Amino acid sequence: MDLAFTKEEIAFREEVREFFRNNVPPDTRRKLQEGRHLSKDEMVTWWRILNKKGWGVSHWPKEYGGTGWTSVQSYIFNEELQSYPAPQPLAFGVSMVGPVIYTFGNEKQKKEYLPRIANVDDWWCQGFSEPGSGSDLASLKTKAERRGDKWIINGQKTWTTLAQHADMIFCLCRTDNNAKKQMGISFIVFSMKSKGVTVRPIQTIDGGHEVNEVFFDDVEVPYENLIGEENKGWDYAKFLLGNERTGIARVGVSKERLRRIRDLASKVESGGRPVIEDPAFREKLTACEIELKALELTQLRVVADEGKHGKGKPNPASSVLKIKGSEIQQTTTELLMEVIGPFAAPYDEHGDAGSNESMDWSAQIAPSYFNNRKVSIYGGSNEIQRNIISKAVLGL
Amino acid sequence: MDFDLTEEQRLLKESVDGLLADAYDFDARKKYMKEKGGWSKAIWDRLAEQGLLGLPFAEADGGFGAGAVETMIVMEAMGRALVVEPYLATVVIGGGFLRHGGSADQKAKHIPGIIDGSKTFAFAQLEKNSRYDLHDVVTTAKKKGDGWVIDGEKFVVLNGENADTLIVTARTKGGQRDKTGIGLFLVPADARGITRKGYPTQDGLHAADISFTNVEVGADAALGDPENALPLIERVADEARTAVCAEAVGAMDESLKTTVEYIKTRKQFGVAIGSFQSLQHRAADMFVALEQARSMSMFATMASDFDNARERSSAVAAAKVQVGKSLKFVGQQSIQLHGGIGMTMEAKIGHYFKRLTMIENTLGDTDYHLRRVSEGGGLLA
Repeated sequence: MDLAFTKEEIAFREEVREFFRNNVPPDTRRKLQEGRHLSKDEMVTWWRILNKKGWGVSHWPKEYGGTGWTSVQSYIFNEELQSYPAPQPLAFGVSMVGPVIYTFGNEKQKKEYLPRIANVDDWWCQGFSEPGSGSDLASLKTKAERRGDKWIINGQKTWTTLAQHADMIFCLCRTDNNAKKQMGISFIVFSMKSKGVTVRPIQTIDGGHEVNEVFFDDVEVPYENLIGEENKGWDYAKFLLGNERTGIARVGVSKERLRRIRDLASKVESGGRPVIEDPAFREKLTACEIELKALELTQLRVVADEGKHGKGKPNPASSVLKIKGSEIQQTTTELLMEVIGPFAAPYDEHGDAGSNESMDWSAQIAPSYFNNRKVSIYGGSNEIQRNIISKAVLGL
Repeated sequence: MDFDLTEEQRLLKESVDGLLADAYDFDARKKYMKEKGGWSKAIWDRLAEQGLLGLPFAEADGGFGAGAVETMIVMEAMGRALVVEPYLATVVIGGGFLRHGGSADQKAKHIPGIIDGSKTFAFAQLEKNSRYDLHDVVTTAKKKGDGWVIDGEKFVVLNGENADTLIVTARTKGGQRDKTGIGLFLVPADARGITRKGYPTQDGLHAADISFTNVEVGADAALGDPENALPLIERVADEARTAVCAEAVGAMDESLKTTVEYIKTRKQFGVAIGSFQSLQHRAADMFVALEQARSMSMFATMASDFDNARERSSAVAAAKVQVGKSLKFVGQQSIQLHGGIGMTMEAKIGHYFKRLTMIENTLGDTDYHLRRVSEGGGLLA
């Protein structure tokens, strides 16, 4: 057992840091630090810088543009990216649909989609959840009917993140009503510009617009846009969700936020001294740092295990990552709220336009707290994660 | 970066797990606890035969030159079996003082007796008002001729009733809470002027309150610098904390396993109670708590290689915080999920709960170590 990175790994970390220092647009970094939303332009600009460097789809197989990094290198890259902070690659393309296409798609699909995902020529969104199908995703109703060489798609998706920017959607559709619910689902991709697609924004409690409802009204999609086999979509969805085991802990994000808390808490005063000098507050902060250290170690155990024994058999500890990772992210936003106290209240109606100078430093803290309640809900709620642990790990 | 055991470490783990599986089930443990002194000399001899008592000592001193990982392996196994023999007091703590602070003569005199199982040790540190502060010492050691005279009272000294040699903290200079002026002395337990009052502890171990009245020892009794032994004491205390973290992980692991087994078989309303989601989620949370503790136990173990003493002790303190939180949750919920049967002395689960609870109050509890990390500027600094 040894915690140290090798000399090569340390050199790699330096290379990554150096690249971020020289290439992440300063405004983009600042906005992330302040918990602000980025524009589509800002995100795409950065991802193309990353892709030009050859790091846009780093964990893909080399033949599709990946880097061939070890698990530890990938870990270092993500950790540095999150804690710099710089925008993470668009998960829907890079981590979700990309691996499904290169694993289950045909040659034509690989050639058509993969380079465009890497360069974000297409912005992808995910058509999974429906109003009646959240945790019970397999009960989904959006229907794709085959008519000649076309699919006719009708139904509704919801919680579709950043669909307002999207060019493409990957969609779970029911293609067999008579089969067991998991067996009648297909994985179909199509253009968001198709006739019959309507996107309606959902405003979340933080005032932001990240998620949407998406309606399909007799949308015509070429039959060849089916990925893999008909009615095997549920398997691909499970593959997709299981693919991103370690990134979900977002240790780097929480680290960056904890640094920001220490920084703010040494500037904001309470009782005639900086908040950081209040022992009660400091102990809460320290407790969170310790939880995060434990999570980081748990994540490293999973990473080291994958590096050594491959990704085939997940380390049981990996199921801890989502639960603890989300709880810690939420705690960090709570601590930020505590630091700024009454200055959490002013609401910047114009959001990221920064209309009010005096609230610049604090305006995003309450929204970020409200917004982060989502992290224990999405990606399989923490209650679903507990179901997984109790069944898959404990055998209950 | 590597979390796997080496081949030798894997063999060690197999051997200690094998020994305990063979000789240390819950009924056997009950028998050992009824033997003289509250533990089994026969088991102690088997530990010696397998080389486990000599593990951490240098090869030059007759040991195997093993490191913190090996101690972690042994302590975790002992936690899993709820071993009552004085490995922590003798090998980890007593041995730790000799390894890090002993002179060549002291090593030659004491280490062979530990390795062959003929001698055990106890660390006489706690005083009436010292609580978890290792530098809070009222007991005095005054110079007399070449040697020292020790006066004072020590409490809840683990293995204090049975130990052949006591390692005593005593003040040679300064006031009660000064960080300098503390000495560390090897004192034969049968020295004149020592009175030991032994008793069982809540978790089935044995301890003693010990008073020292005009106890005379020679110049060779002082371990390390008699006027500045605190760094040595802190170092060994960190190793002991790391060891009990591993022990707690073993005990939590077994508690969870036992509890999951129980709720799979216990039926109410015509079904196994483990089919109820409220219990499944509790068990899942216990698993999360256990894995977080396991990660920090490994972190503390690996931190023993850190060059920077401050980083090392802050890693150990952080581990003790995580383990303390986890053990409370896993311990309490193990009882809860067992229901009434968990309240009985007869069921083994309660004994795990009791040992875990006592580990929380060993060498600093969760709040104590949280404060230490916090006052040291946190973990990210």
